[in-house]
Amino acid sequence: MTDVDTSPSTSPAAIDAVPLRHPWRWVAAVVIVILVVLFVYGAATNEAYRWDVFAEYLFNERVLTVGLVNTLQLTLYSMVLAILLGVLLAVMRLSPNPVFKAVSWVYLWIFRGTPVYVQLVFWGLLPTIYANIQLGVPFGPSLFQFNLQALSIPFLLAIVGLALNESAYMAEIIRAGISSVPEGQSEASTALGMSWGMTMRRTVLPQAMRVIIPPTGNEVISMLKTTSLVTAVPFTLDLFGITSREIAAREFAPVPLLMVAAFWYLVVTSILMVGQFYLERYYSRGASRKLTTKQLEALAKAQGTGAPGGGGEGA
Amino acid sequence: MTPMVKAEEVCKSFGALHVLKGITLEVGKGEVLCMVGPSGSGKSTFLRCINHLEQVNAGRLYVDGELIGYRERGAKLHEMPPREASKQRRDIGMVFQHFNLFPHRTALQNVIEAPVQVKRVKKSEALARGKDLLKQVGLSEKAEAYPAQLSGGQQQRVAIARALAMNPKLMLFDEPTSALDPELVGEVLAVMKKLASEGMTMVVVTHEMGFAREVANQLVFMDGGVVVESGNPREVLANPQHERTKAFLSKVL
Repeated sequence: MTDVDTSPSTSPAAIDAVPLRHPWRWVAAVVIVILVVLFVYGAATNEAYRWDVFAEYLFNERVLTVGLVNTLQLTLYSMVLAILLGVLLAVMRLSPNPVFKAVSWVYLWIFRGTPVYVQLVFWGLLPTIYANIQLGVPFGPSLFQFNLQALSIPFLLAIVGLALNESAYMAEIIRAGISSVPEGQSEASTALGMSWGMTMRRTVLPQAMRVIIPPTGNEVISMLKTTSLVTAVPFTLDLFGITSREIAAREFAPVPLLMVAAFWYLVVTSILMVGQFYLERYYSRGASRKLTTKQLEALAKAQGTGAPGGGGEGA
Repeated sequence: MTPMVKAEEVCKSFGALHVLKGITLEVGKGEVLCMVGPSGSGKSTFLRCINHLEQVNAGRLYVDGELIGYRERGAKLHEMPPREASKQRRDIGMVFQHFNLFPHRTALQNVIEAPVQVKRVKKSEALARGKDLLKQVGLSEKAEAYPAQLSGGQQQRVAIARALAMNPKLMLFDEPTSALDPELVGEVLAVMKKLASEGMTMVVVTHEMGFAREVANQLVFMDGGVVVESGNPREVLANPQHERTKAFLSKVL
């Protein structure tokens, strides 16, 4: 039996070299620290910041229970709607049906091609444009009608406005995800007798998730911040509206209340970033050839006890 | 007896590119047909026409007496609705060069996917049958492994089990061993040989001349979208009649 020993019997001494010096990094760091200290000192001593007002309103009940809660609700509801609509639009865009393709393209063209602020103003004006909504036979009798102006629905209109705009971006993200799944996958499904819809649902979309999740996390963070634009509807009970419109106008102190709003936006985005990190890690399982720590341990164990290299059996 | 596959002057073109220029052949029930030829000769395209992954432009293709991809009403052909095309494909298993296993499902889940989703077989029954199939291809201990954790040869054997799970009457193999390490080719060919000996009708596009000689009832040599030569594999391989066949075989044998 040929006994091939792959591990060297005497390993060479580890390299002990003088590490490369980086003097300019130190210089840059010192300059930046000086600048930061100057800025913090300036901000702390500048009367315009009104830190007393900032402290007073940071944990204000109305800021938290109305402003923050409304902002979170707007983000959640519009994002869920946008994702559902985005899946529909992406699947339509990629479907073999030319009518679906065209509808999806036109939708994307309009909703990506106009600013979200303009769209929100438009949705705010909806009750003015369409005062009455009636269901019935076209040019025939009306079965059902209600007056839009009688309803007070700025919150709903804000969600609709944000969701419709966002769905156009989500559709593109989902389309990219679907396109990233190799063609062989849908071919294998087709060859097994699966329909187009079943192929999408069972084979393509689950694999597309890996590509879809990270940018969707970005979109959630982006949506949280975009909710500050709902004042265009106008809906003013979100975090930005409560702090910078309501309270700041009452206190004549715009700067500290802007800081309060910024603080809470930053807190929520930080939490979302942590969540995104774990989601990304979860969905990248099996995507890389790199072995996980667990797998490496298992392999090392196998090497210790077993055959690789042919040296093990004889011992 | 109706042949399992009957091709009459089958033509297929992609735009101006004519890939198949009138293929006529027959595969009887329980027979194995091997197709060989240089790349670009149209072998894979013909195979994909048999289960309607590609639509035939001219000629007729029948599987078990049933016209593929079209419905014949009087003298006119009507394009087949996707639902019916899917139904035809259920009885035709296909194995791909690059396996195309579902990477997000385990070996066993890959095998039961189509029976459960397409044929609505009860999950417990599908699982039992799936385990049995994995055993037949020698992979019962890999049932819970994901494709990425399997070698190429193992993946291809799972892919064969997946195709068999639909109880096909015909199996199509598109260069099943071309993407494998030479060491792993044998295990896949062994499974295919066993399948052939059990009476499965098979159409195999391959470069494995040894397999063709040993297992095939009929060998077809294709070049430039036409059948150049066909017949008993031993005779064709030992004594090719056409210059083109001679030139090709002298390179691969």
